[in-house]
Amino acid sequence: MKKSMYKKKIIKKLITTIVLGLFILTMLFPLLWMLSTSFKLEIDVFNFPIEWIPPKFTLNNYIKIWRGNYNFPLYYWNTIKVTVLVVLIQIVISSMAAYAFAKLDFKFKNLLFSIFLATMMIPDQVTLVPRFMLLTKMQLLNSHFGLILMLSFSVYGVFLLRQSMIALPDTIIEAAKIDGANHFIIFIRIVLPMTKSIIATLAILRFVWTWNDYQNPLIFLRDSKLFTLQLGMQQFASVSGTFYSLLMAASVCAIVPLLLVFIIGQNYVIEGIASGAVKG
Amino acid sequence: MKTFVINKKRYIKNKHKDNLTAFLFLLPCLIGFVAFIVFPVVASLLLGFTEWNFLGGLKGIKFIGLDNFKTLLSGKDLWFNESFKNTLIFAAITVPVGLALGLIVATVMNKYVYCSGLFKVIVFIPYISSVVASVIVWQVMLQPSYGPINSILTSLGISNPPKWFVDPKWAMPTIIIFQIWQTLGYNVIVFMAGLKGISSELYEAASIDGASELRKFKDITIPLISPTTFFLSTMGIIGSFKVFDSISVATKGGPGNATSVVAFYIYREAFELYRMGTANAAAWIMFIIIFVVTMIQLRGQNKWVTYD
Repeated sequence: MKKSMYKKKIIKKLITTIVLGLFILTMLFPLLWMLSTSFKLEIDVFNFPIEWIPPKFTLNNYIKIWRGNYNFPLYYWNTIKVTVLVVLIQIVISSMAAYAFAKLDFKFKNLLFSIFLATMMIPDQVTLVPRFMLLTKMQLLNSHFGLILMLSFSVYGVFLLRQSMIALPDTIIEAAKIDGANHFIIFIRIVLPMTKSIIATLAILRFVWTWNDYQNPLIFLRDSKLFTLQLGMQQFASVSGTFYSLLMAASVCAIVPLLLVFIIGQNYVIEGIASGAVKG
Repeated sequence: MKTFVINKKRYIKNKHKDNLTAFLFLLPCLIGFVAFIVFPVVASLLLGFTEWNFLGGLKGIKFIGLDNFKTLLSGKDLWFNESFKNTLIFAAITVPVGLALGLIVATVMNKYVYCSGLFKVIVFIPYISSVVASVIVWQVMLQPSYGPINSILTSLGISNPPKWFVDPKWAMPTIIIFQIWQTLGYNVIVFMAGLKGISSELYEAASIDGASELRKFKDITIPLISPTTFFLSTMGIIGSFKVFDSISVATKGGPGNATSVVAFYIYREAFELYRMGTANAAAWIMFIIIFVVTMIQLRGQNKWVTYD
């Protein structure tokens, strides 16, 4: 009796696994189709029924976008440059500020932090025009430097890192002070190493967000030589015309770094998103 | 006594030193905060009360009081009206559907399947994939005459399948489906974290009492997951008010104004028509709505959110 119930349970679980698996596969359908199409000849793209395995497998699409007359490698390089610099600068700026808010005492600390948090509700669109004016005035419009500068600051990063720094026991810091360490040494030698997993989370999330950012480059970059991948993809879509297999190869290339970063750091990302949400 | 005095002096000195250290740690962040948030927020509010064509230079700024807000809210600007209506429709569908689907998938994934870890990673992939690349893939897949989706629909006997992004009637639903697809993984991950927090004893007790799975979902899961639902719905509403990327890439607000939303209206008004006054007024209307929604949610939270 008991054994048959146990068996029934296993079968039930297997069935739900298959049903959910199918659902998730349909979720992935567009991306799987992209991948398979990127290895097809243009004439085979719209064959029906869908051929998941390319009838004539070719790497030509990839060779064309990287070696051809498109600016694809340039867009790629621009994106890597902007993304890596934004991630690095933001981690330095955010972690320093987070340390001050979490572990230092100063005048107006709580007031300042409340103002910081309150601004998280303000949508990008509100600040867009004045930021555009500011960069124009500073002659930084249409430059990577201006874009990087603007993206390097975020309240979210400060908030995320402060949450984990505040959890570190004060006694460790007191002990280090007694040993003669100043705040800069404590910050670099003690606090940063102890919060490195949340820093990794921030780095990965910021990498994904900056890599995918479309609106800021759209507004603050004009020269197509400076375009990031997200703008470049659109440019590329109009230049390459209706060569769908090329477009799919370009899309694969645009997504692969994100997938790599995510797969390597999946636990950080999932934990980070989940804990940020549940703890508020 | 003497030592106490010295300590006090030292204490005051340390206090000053602490203020200085803190200031140094905060400095880079404060510069960014003032330059890219405080100044822009104040400036955009002021610009909302002006009429200004950006190309005319700073001298062309003309103060016109509440006129921009009046025009936008009175419904005289038809394009804004439609963008506003579209934004409401977009939020009203994507948020509840995304939440319901997210909760169902998370519940099933949490308890009733094998290899949930793998599923969790896979379902999250659309969320991290770039919007531009994903939209381009969707556009090709939904190509009206020979795209794979319409080929499937035709072979199933639907003689007149929708033209998706280029069909005035279908463009908005297509964007909505895209958005739900893109954000589902995020909802699932957050719901799964929330579900972990519900004690399994409750479910066991309910099982002993003979409650069905559906009953347990309705009477235990839904009430106890409400803080997470609350968080996701607030974030979802804010997010859908700001939606821009997918629309800009997929349809540019078209066909006609079928998919224009407030964020897209602001962009076009500011950076294509250079009417900075109305753009900023519209941005503030959007912000005020977001603010009010968040406040209502925070208030209403006590009524329907259960914290155990």
